[in-house]
Amino acid sequence: MTTFKKRLFGTSVAASLALSCGMAFAQKGETVKIAWIDALTGMTAATGQNQLKSFQFLAEQFNKSNPAGVKFEIVSFDNKLSPQETVNALQSAVDQGIRYVFQGTGTGPATAIIDFLNKHNERNPGKEVVFLNYAAVDPDLTNSKCSYWHFRLDADTSMKMEALTTFMKDQKDVKKVYLINQNYAHGQQVSKFGKELIKRKRPDIEIVGDDLHPLAQVRDFAPYIAKIKASGADTVLTGNWSSDLTLLIKAANDAGLNAKFYTYYAIVSGTPTAMGAAAEGRVFQVGVLDTVRPEARKVMDEYKKRFNDDFYTAQVWHAYTLLSNAMAKAKSTDPVKVAAALEGLKVQSLNGEIEMRKSDHQLQQSVYITQWQKVGKAPNDYSVENTGFTFAPIKSYEPYVASTPTSCQMKRPSAS
Amino acid sequence: MDTAVSALPIATPAAARRNYHFRPYNVGRWIVWGLFALVLAVAPLFWTSSFGQTMLIQTGIAIIACLAYNILLGQGGMLSFGHAVYSGLGSFLAIHSLNFIASGRLGLPVSLVPLVGGLGGLFFATLLGYVTTKKAGTTFAMITLGIGELVWSMSLMIPEFFGGEGGISGNRVVGKPFFGITFGSQVQVYYLVALYCFACTALMFAFTRTPLGRMLNAVRDNPERVEFIGYSTQRVRYIAFMISGFFAGIAGGLAAVNFELVTAEVVGAGRSGAYLLFVFLGGATFFFGPIIGAVLMVVALVLLSELTQAWLLYLGLSFLFMVMYAPGGVASLIMMNLRVAAFGKLRHVWTSYLALAGTAAVMLLGAAAMIEMVYHLQLNIALGSKLRFLGATLDAKSPDSWFGAAFVLFTGVAMFEFTRRAFKRQWDTIQEEIEREIKRREALV
Amino acid sequence: MDQFLINVLNGISSGLLLFMLSSGLTLIFSMMGVLNFAHASFYMIGAYFAYVLTGIVGFWIALFLAPVAVGLLGALFERLALRRVHKFGHVPELLITFGLTYVVLELVKLVWGLSPVSFTPPPQLQGAAFTILQSTDGLGLVWGAAPAGTCGDVAGRVVHCSTFPATRFFMMVVALLMLVSLWLLLTRTRIGLVIQAALTHPEAVEALGHDVPRVFMLVFGSGCALAGLAGVAGGITFVTEPAMAAVVGSIIFVVVVVGGMGSLAGAFVGSLLIGLLSTLPLTVDDSLATLFNSMGGHVGPETFGWPFLRITLSQAAPILPYLLLVLILIFRPKGLLGTREG
Repeated sequence: MTTFKKRLFGTSVAASLALSCGMAFAQKGETVKIAWIDALTGMTAATGQNQLKSFQFLAEQFNKSNPAGVKFEIVSFDNKLSPQETVNALQSAVDQGIRYVFQGTGTGPATAIIDFLNKHNERNPGKEVVFLNYAAVDPDLTNSKCSYWHFRLDADTSMKMEALTTFMKDQKDVKKVYLINQNYAHGQQVSKFGKELIKRKRPDIEIVGDDLHPLAQVRDFAPYIAKIKASGADTVLTGNWSSDLTLLIKAANDAGLNAKFYTYYAIVSGTPTAMGAAAEGRVFQVGVLDTVRPEARKVMDEYKKRFNDDFYTAQVWHAYTLLSNAMAKAKSTDPVKVAAALEGLKVQSLNGEIEMRKSDHQLQQSVYITQWQKVGKAPNDYSVENTGFTFAPIKSYEPYVASTPTSCQMKRPSAS
Repeated sequence: MDTAVSALPIATPAAARRNYHFRPYNVGRWIVWGLFALVLAVAPLFWTSSFGQTMLIQTGIAIIACLAYNILLGQGGMLSFGHAVYSGLGSFLAIHSLNFIASGRLGLPVSLVPLVGGLGGLFFATLLGYVTTKKAGTTFAMITLGIGELVWSMSLMIPEFFGGEGGISGNRVVGKPFFGITFGSQVQVYYLVALYCFACTALMFAFTRTPLGRMLNAVRDNPERVEFIGYSTQRVRYIAFMISGFFAGIAGGLAAVNFELVTAEVVGAGRSGAYLLFVFLGGATFFFGPIIGAVLMVVALVLLSELTQAWLLYLGLSFLFMVMYAPGGVASLIMMNLRVAAFGKLRHVWTSYLALAGTAAVMLLGAAAMIEMVYHLQLNIALGSKLRFLGATLDAKSPDSWFGAAFVLFTGVAMFEFTRRAFKRQWDTIQEEIEREIKRREALV
Repeated sequence: MDQFLINVLNGISSGLLLFMLSSGLTLIFSMMGVLNFAHASFYMIGAYFAYVLTGIVGFWIALFLAPVAVGLLGALFERLALRRVHKFGHVPELLITFGLTYVVLELVKLVWGLSPVSFTPPPQLQGAAFTILQSTDGLGLVWGAAPAGTCGDVAGRVVHCSTFPATRFFMMVVALLMLVSLWLLLTRTRIGLVIQAALTHPEAVEALGHDVPRVFMLVFGSGCALAGLAGVAGGITFVTEPAMAAVVGSIIFVVVVVGGMGSLAGAFVGSLLIGLLSTLPLTVDDSLATLFNSMGGHVGPETFGWPFLRITLSQAAPILPYLLLVLILIFRPKGLLGTREG
């Protein structure tokens, strides 16, 4: 496990403070409005509400002090998970003069934003808008659909799978893996990368099943659990989220399935409550939040005290750190200059050093594997959703482990 | 727009006054359509922001879609829960053809791409309509529900055609420009939509005047009788279904051109439900009802959701009250008052209307304040207990705000009830007077 | 073999839950001709009421109180809203229940929040109801969970164990009890006979002096109470959250239509059929493509329609009921055991 290097952080904080005091910025005190476009109603409403609160909460923290001295203001828009509504919201934001956009839930809306901004930024020089994607994990967005104006802050599906399979490689008790996913782009990719990477790293592991079920349509996962049992699998690998994951785990608990679950989204709003005691020790989650690090823990505790909800989106911190450092570096809040400054930027964030890779605008960061355990002694004493259980970190990986190559041929605007 | 037209004029002066046969020109109709065209033409001059213009474009598209849906609901009495399938599949075909134009495989101008969408809608309506229209009533509704769910589930499973979660994206600035029009700017897209909107509305209105359109109304009202006089109700419904699918496909094609992105949500149950809800709100029994419904749809789904988090609750409640008290929709309310105006009695009622509107506004203000405070408590409490409501600041945790809102609400309810009873008495008297007047005029002949 | 038995039991329990829901829907439809779109919403309200009441009076009392509360709510809705719309025809009645779904969803989210609530089963219903053991000696049944050490490799014999959760077993028992009591009520009591008569001849019943609007209110309330009872059972078996209404919403219409609108026996047969149909095909991992290929064809990614042909039965299983719906409506619109055509 990476131990937090206090001295390094202290030095960098001191350095950045010194830097910010020493330079006179034109944008000191300037307000930067950011449009947050995501789902506040509908299937993923709970997650959206949680993430909006995270953004608003951290905006307050960063407004107290940040390298660029700017004030962040979040303007929220509800896109109801619809790509067409997202375009409407984006248009409204553009009309209000907002030049930065945050979005995360759903590749559809993210693709809509990228498409719109590619055309808008080209057709309207001087009114460019930059998009920071904090959770849409389709690898295509930094490969075939990569765009100069898009920056992804989360580890994408393939990166998370790299970390997960590296972890599985060392687990001797994993012999038969069952893949079960939602039958749409994300689930299909989890399945594809899962099979590919397991074969590469542990060819002796047998893939005993690969199921795809319709998205958000399955009421009853008991038949799938029965199938998993019949296959003799000891491990289940799934990219499911929301009720598809909660119902799956609950059905597994009910049927007494002893397999381990490797998940992407067990930490997201709603699932921890459904997992409860029966899932103890059996559910693993891959993510980018380092719950051990004191700053992260401080944020989580304060957030819990204020909202009685859990903070689990480390990417929010990345967003503000990156933006404020890029603005400081570019000495401006103009999106064109900030985008140029963001490329290749290396800063310290909530999980160590992060780097915005220039070739495809995919953030390189440490990835963590956590396990659902009973609340114990510090640092494993944070109770998730007041269940008495926590996601205890058991392995952390340096950025290079999860890093994946890219096929992005980025079209850059001519030097401005 | 449905004024009474009789056959031949009878050559007595009194009768000539009663029954109008418009010779040589139906002036009223020309004025109404002219105004419609004028509004379509000058709207973008009033709303110049890109958000305003995208709302106008979406309104135009929604008008076509809602009118197409009303061919089934209002004119045919066929309640469909899956109409988004046809507009959605039209959208997908249109975006694929846009991509074909971009790669040079199809030499179609972009302005004709919505027609491709229309043909797509027509194709699928022909394919699926035969089995769908075999029965009417609840059976029909259930089939459309099942087909809607089927298509939506398949759309996520067949990414080759439906593009998976990211959908299919295209570029409307392709092909040869037509007189310099590239459809890059929103205004150009708006005028394309306005042209299609006017043409489609005219065509669908013309459809209601054809024998087929009339037979469709007859099928709605008395299918047994229609069979007796020799028409096949299934045939009539099937053809109407295909026509409705065609226009729905055109709306879908225009949406594809406007957004340049089509995802699986366009065939989803949410969109089908929205069509049903808003056509009913606008008024299914009159031709222009769906136009009102389309405007309400865009306003509610796009604007209202930005203003308040409780928009779905407001929508559900307004729908409930509309079904209970005005099942003919907004259009029927307008027509009732037009009738009163035609008999010159409107001036008696307009003071009552003002009083009614005022007290209703007070009541709604109180109710809305309470609803907003409840929503704020449940969802936003972390940001402090204060919220802004129509310019005033309310404190969701202080009993003052609650007491104030409740007071406003109950005063409003009491006054509304009082005014409503007075209004009802007056309205009933007026209706009686109108009935007597009608009888008197008939007796004159 | 034990897996197959468990699969069948899963399918049957799933079907019985659907029966609890669709029986109320059928009752309401037969009586009043209105397809209650908000039936799944009452299911959800039942689960939430039970969750609240369990915290106050315990689960077993909540099991009786929650459906009663939901029934009262349903009767209130009928009295205030549905009755007023009755005179406008069937379409407005359907539409008002459609609008009710939106309102109920928003109110539930307001009161209990967006996330699932932890509605845990009582201690008697936790764990396994019974375990099926299979070994080379044959099948065996053990009540409760199998004792430690009997499963897996035991003294050279391999014993497969499959547990059946107690909550599901409870759901099946409740559903069967409900079926029996409903049948007894309708055929052996006076009010049941009145209801049966009003099913087919409402005017005659009214002429005989029965208060038909009151009977309507009673039936609507009872239908909603049945949905509430299903909600209590479903709430502990599955997750209690605002999305639970949408998950069962459309499938119960499929059940009612397939079974035959207006027929309780049809609802029973239909729900078992749909329950098994969405469960058993999950074990089949073949698609049309593999079928053609096994018969000597050469279907591959270049074949026209490949995206469609490669969908396996297990991937398509949850949407097979809708396909069945469309087929039934084409070939037998009355449904399997129906007497009326909508």
